[in-house]
Amino acid sequence: MGIRERLSGNEAIAYAMKQINPDVMGAFPITPSTEIPQYFSTYVDNGEVDTEFIPVESEHSAMSTCIGAQAAGVRAISATSSCGLVYMTEMLYVAASDRLPITLAVSTRALSGPININNDHSDAMGVRDAGWIQLFAETNQEAYDNYLQAMRIGEAVSLPVMICQDGFITSHAIENIELAEDDKVRKFVGEYHPDNALLGRENPMSVGAFGMPCYYMECKRQQAQAMIDAKEVIRRVGEEFGAMTGRSYGLIEKYRMDDAEEAVVIMGSSAGTAKAAVDELRAEGKKAGLVKIRSFRPFPAEELVEALKNVKAFAAMDKDDSFNAHCGPMFAEIAAALYAAGETAPKGINYIYGLGGRDVRLESIRRVYAELEQIAATGKTGETYRYLDVRE
Amino acid sequence: MSYSLKENLMREDRIAGGHRMCAGCGSPIAIRAVLRALNPEDRAVVCSATSCLEVSTFMYPYTSWKDSFIHNAFENAGATISGVETAYRALKKRGGLDDTYKFIAFGGDGGTYDIGFQSLSGAMERGHDMVYVCYDNEAYMNTGIQRSSSTPHFADTTTTPVGAVIPGKTQRKKDLTKIMAAHDIPYVAQTTFLGNFSDIGTKAHKAIYTEGPAFLNILAPCPRGWRYPSEQLIQVTKAAVESCVWPLYEVADGKYILNYKPKNKLPVIEYLKMQGRFRHMFKPGNEWMLEQAQQEVDRNWKELLIKCNEL
Repeated sequence: MGIRERLSGNEAIAYAMKQINPDVMGAFPITPSTEIPQYFSTYVDNGEVDTEFIPVESEHSAMSTCIGAQAAGVRAISATSSCGLVYMTEMLYVAASDRLPITLAVSTRALSGPININNDHSDAMGVRDAGWIQLFAETNQEAYDNYLQAMRIGEAVSLPVMICQDGFITSHAIENIELAEDDKVRKFVGEYHPDNALLGRENPMSVGAFGMPCYYMECKRQQAQAMIDAKEVIRRVGEEFGAMTGRSYGLIEKYRMDDAEEAVVIMGSSAGTAKAAVDELRAEGKKAGLVKIRSFRPFPAEELVEALKNVKAFAAMDKDDSFNAHCGPMFAEIAAALYAAGETAPKGINYIYGLGGRDVRLESIRRVYAELEQIAATGKTGETYRYLDVRE
Repeated sequence: MSYSLKENLMREDRIAGGHRMCAGCGSPIAIRAVLRALNPEDRAVVCSATSCLEVSTFMYPYTSWKDSFIHNAFENAGATISGVETAYRALKKRGGLDDTYKFIAFGGDGGTYDIGFQSLSGAMERGHDMVYVCYDNEAYMNTGIQRSSSTPHFADTTTTPVGAVIPGKTQRKKDLTKIMAAHDIPYVAQTTFLGNFSDIGTKAHKAIYTEGPAFLNILAPCPRGWRYPSEQLIQVTKAAVESCVWPLYEVADGKYILNYKPKNKLPVIEYLKMQGRFRHMFKPGNEWMLEQAQQEVDRNWKELLIKCNEL
């Protein structure tokens, strides 16, 4: 039985970091993830962890120090949001191609401009092709649980991992949470002993080569394979975590999908609101269901096809926009997955929602289901690229 | 430690020959001189900013580096090596490592004076036990000789071409060595390779074995960008020092020390005329450029002499 607590999402992440006691943290403050390095540096200064904390002068340097430290042979972590994540983007690609399993906590936030400190997924979605594993949390509990699984996953496939939660919505809201005991956490996470490292090995190592056309593509193919392999690892680690805590995880979560005819596919904290909407609709006799994406990278294509193939209509909810005059990234990838699998029956639409902290209410989600009911009844999708709850 | 060229040359090279740097390039000479200053029994992790040096010494699947080496990006050698150094302290603290390692970052002037300046400044301020070495060839040579903030006044580069209206670079060279000294770190030095390499060898050893952050600025000419015959490399560095264009000095614990004072200060034109990048300054009608260049060197030299208590 775990320890019952009340923590904000940022506190929960910092607590998970404390339990893991990693070797190096390099971090720079940015709203709404600032509290994570704040809490953590208090642990450091009070001797509750013996991690070396590097108070860098920018997020770019935060990720650069993490790359140096992880390549040296230790566990390196950081935390950031929004512009900070974008500022370290160049280094995110390097971390992934150097195959360094760094762990980065992201309290997701809108991007400038206009400057805005509230939640959406533009930051994390903007770096979705950087080669990082990306897990999203609905609740504080999931943010904590995902963080405890991150190093097991990343180190198994030599890829860095981003643990995303919704800025303010879960990062600052205090919820009941069940924590695992320290000894169990340490046993579960284990120790880090990379095969190769800059420090402390018989053979020196060179990292970060100039890759000419005769080798570059093989590097990328291996990176692609690692991401493919990560799917099974995420499932396995999620089950093992369940055996320890009673909370199991996969790539997606299905909610009342068994006989669902209309489904919403969503990610992050709004899944909670959408589940409440599903419950109301079910009580009214409607066949509403929900699919929550936990792992956006790797993308759970097979699982989503399996979950959606029998629905009449679905809405992919993107908390960001690709500004491609077409659709958001989640819709694009779900549609591609269905098409590639030969599933053309479900009618799909895309909603861009919740940008810059725009409130997502039960009524908002119910409006989406009402549209889906219409589409299911008529077979006509109309405009597929839609904005939810916006003044036009 | 007294410097011995003979003893220095007996040491095993830590960077292999056969790398792809140009003949007559100052950079590998600077790097080799710095690495020779490591005590042979000590291990090192070397970091290089993206640069000629990096792309010429670590082209997959070959590496010229006998020590562990990391290249990360153009603008973050300071932060990257500070991460490695921090990992070393973490491992030492937890009892996972016995060997002594030293941490050395190399960057060109682009990666140091300009795009990597913030990263360098942050690493120095945080006090990591590391040495940052700038091999200053006074322009972005890897991308094809574009101006940097280190490019001297009037120099002809591909982004400050000598045109009908604008005669080369219109700004003066940034004085990075003084800026680094202003960080109040334990050791800062300016050097180049001359004679028996005593100045560069001694300073590199001090920089590596002074506890805390150290910065070395090494003038490292580029035959392509400066346009001198490759065999004249050492004459060029000698003229830079004798003309006081590149004075040899160090700042140890805040104290400025002049390491060399030419008996007869060489006129700046003797240095400028060796290099194609200054050729336009010698055209009739451009005498004012030569005069101004001399005035600027005189002013900097005087200021340095005052700082070093030599005036």
